[in-house]
Amino acid sequence: MNFGFTEEQDLLRSEARKFLDERCGLDTVREITEDASGPGFSRDLWKQIAELGWVGLTIPEAHGGAGLGWVDWVVVLEETGRSLFPSPLISTALAAHAIARFGSEAQQAAWLPRLANGSTIGTVAVLETGQVPGVEGIDLRGRASADGLTLSGDKTFVSDAACADLFVLAFRSETGHGLALVEAGASGLTVEALPGIDLTKRVGRLSLDSVRVGADAVLEAADAEAVGALLDAGAVAVTAEATGAAQAALSLTVSFANDRVQFGKPIAQFQGVKHPLAEMYVDITSFQSLVYYAAWCIDEGHEDAAIAAARAKAYASDVFPRIGIDVVGLHGGVGYTWEYDAHLYLKRAKWVRPAFGDADWHYDRVAQLGGF
Amino acid sequence: MDFDFSPEDEAFRAEVQAFIAEHAPKPGDDAGVAKWHAAVREKRWVGFSWPSEVGGGGGTISQQVILKDEMSKAKAPSLGSCFMGLAWVGPALIEYGTEAQKKRFIPDILDGKYQWCTGYSEPDSGSDLASLKCKGVRDGDDYVVNGQKIWTSIAMWSKWIILLVRTSGDGTKHEGITCLLVPMDSDGIEVRPIQNMSGGSMFAEVFFNDVRVPVENRLGSEGEGWKVTVSALAHERSSIAEVTGLQRTIGSIRELAARCQKNGKPASEDPGIRRRIAEADTKVEAMRLNGLGALTRQLKDASLPGETSVNKLHRANLEIELGELAVAIQGERGPLDGAVTEEDGKWQRLALNWPEVVIGGGTPNIQRNIIAERMLGLPKD
Ligand SMILES: Cc1cc2nc3c(=O)[nH]c(=O)nc-3n(C[C@H](O)[C@H](O)[C@H](O)COP(=O)(O)OP(=O)(O)OC[C@H]3O[C@@H](n4cnc5c(N)ncnc54)[C@H](O)[C@@H]3O)c2cc1C
Repeated sequence: MNFGFTEEQDLLRSEARKFLDERCGLDTVREITEDASGPGFSRDLWKQIAELGWVGLTIPEAHGGAGLGWVDWVVVLEETGRSLFPSPLISTALAAHAIARFGSEAQQAAWLPRLANGSTIGTVAVLETGQVPGVEGIDLRGRASADGLTLSGDKTFVSDAACADLFVLAFRSETGHGLALVEAGASGLTVEALPGIDLTKRVGRLSLDSVRVGADAVLEAADAEAVGALLDAGAVAVTAEATGAAQAALSLTVSFANDRVQFGKPIAQFQGVKHPLAEMYVDITSFQSLVYYAAWCIDEGHEDAAIAAARAKAYASDVFPRIGIDVVGLHGGVGYTWEYDAHLYLKRAKWVRPAFGDADWHYDRVAQLGGF
Repeated sequence: MDFDFSPEDEAFRAEVQAFIAEHAPKPGDDAGVAKWHAAVREKRWVGFSWPSEVGGGGGTISQQVILKDEMSKAKAPSLGSCFMGLAWVGPALIEYGTEAQKKRFIPDILDGKYQWCTGYSEPDSGSDLASLKCKGVRDGDDYVVNGQKIWTSIAMWSKWIILLVRTSGDGTKHEGITCLLVPMDSDGIEVRPIQNMSGGSMFAEVFFNDVRVPVENRLGSEGEGWKVTVSALAHERSSIAEVTGLQRTIGSIRELAARCQKNGKPASEDPGIRRRIAEADTKVEAMRLNGLGALTRQLKDASLPGETSVNKLHRANLEIELGELAVAIQGERGPLDGAVTEEDGKWQRLALNWPEVVIGGGTPNIQRNIIAERMLGLPKD
């Protein structure tokens, strides 16, 4: 019985933290993300984290990855979340995860090494309008043609759409659901970047007008269940980052509360300040425990994988937005300024809330998966 | 990360399961309960975590967890019947008692010969327990005790009380507190039961009027009473048994929702009810995992001070929420009682008895203070 991390995992965490603190503090994050004409991330840092093995962390060694598990990856994601590190890391790794799990040997050999070394940026495109964050909401059509598929429809809320070279795209066909690989620049594909309030997370929209892909671009083993598993994996990844971001927001507020003096004492001494901070600690600790278990379930192929992901994301989606608001509010006027960092976490929380399903959606899934 | 127990621990689990299957009484079988208590005593599972020198089981931490978990799953009766003796009087005796005290009290606690009650709270000293005023004045070989305790659970059925008294007004309020072990039939003790809001009566006021307590009944040194009780209260960490209990309650509420109608359909199909149950289920799962995290640190001797308060807050919220939910599911029968309600008013009682958990074990605000001060390093208020 050990619900803790190994020494290697602790080392991975401290190395990740050191790298991010040194190379990409919040000043740098702002510089990168506030540049409206830029891609929203640093290609230079992207190369460096690919070299550190973060992008291909869970990709098998045979395909150029580090061959580690989701528990290891959660360690890295907590740190990128803590630093609000802007990059297509989750998107690319999820695309790779889909190919590694549901692709053929040839598809894996073709794509995984390029995703692992960062030369290809990937993302997953599942959600569509209609606010159904599950397989049921997928309406983008795949029509069988002589040599593959013709895809038509739209995808909204596609993370890192504008910088992606490769989309792992969910579709619906006569025979069921599936995942197809679509390259940026494909004829009939329009990619549109959408403005967002969290500048550290770029989102876009895809529109497909009879985009033709070959049979070799359809992930062999991908069915409705696979699409569901991919969404769960996304929920776990986003929640892991949320854990780190929420902890950073809490510690920022704790140090502010210790320093700021009103009525002759640190405001940390007022229970109106102290108790919300304690509640944040309880909530963050709790969705962190849930996400650790969810990651472990993915690694083990455990039967709890889906419900564990749903519980983690439901809890995080429910409480993180409130934490973001309290963090700003507990700072008083300075919290409302652009210059001070509190709002960065509030905005991340707003991005996290709907990503891969909001709290209502996931609590409904907990009910359904729990056999209510 | 690894959720498997060692082969030795799994063998122990199998032993526990087999034992429970053989000895656990059916509900309502009172004679069976007495037999169960004798059987678990013989097995040395009463005081399972206590050292074997004092008659305990010497069980490892992971075995304690397994034992509690299996018992809770099987709805087995408690291990032993002397609740407060087992929960904190015994542990305090083991740490601070003289050899004579250990010999005198521990076997009786393990055998469940009689009940202990706990005289800490006073009318003016609740959360601020260390401000207590009940006086102990040394007179020859006795302490003479004068003052009042309140909220003393099961005082009317107890043979002994573990009592905190003030023996000195010097120094900080934590100093000058002394712990005494007092027979409840001593001259000068008066017990007045208090009725609670669900109509029951299980706690009392206890008055002390020139009660003479021999010095040999002092636990720990004079002025050491705070340390004696704090160490004994900081016992249980993993909250595993509570989690199993809460999971069972949620299971029963799901069945309840399937039996009750809401808007012309089974309440179990109502999206709002389903989400409330799912949220409670998720909180309990978070408690389970928080508990396993705490247990992991305990096994590595790296417990975080105050971490139990995280699950205590969850527990307090859930205790209230589950009672509310179960009553709300019954709609207009919610405020009724007795046979017209589901399960003869069981849920109505739950909805009225939450203070036992929420207030009895230290209030939520006190837990928030503990987390803020010990986990986050914020100043005391
Ligand atoms: C069912 C039950 C059984 C009990 N059994 C026993 C027993 O066997 N033996 C025993 O000694 N005691 C027992 N108690 C007493 C219990 O420990 C106290 O009720 C508890 O510690 C709270 O004290 P109080 O009731 O005086 O409330 P108070 O301490 O007066 O609290 C009143 C309110 O003020 C809040 N408050 C107090 N201090 C602070 C603070 N610093 N910051 C913010 N808010 C604060 C509290 O949260 C609470 O909401 C029992 C209580 C109950 C309900």
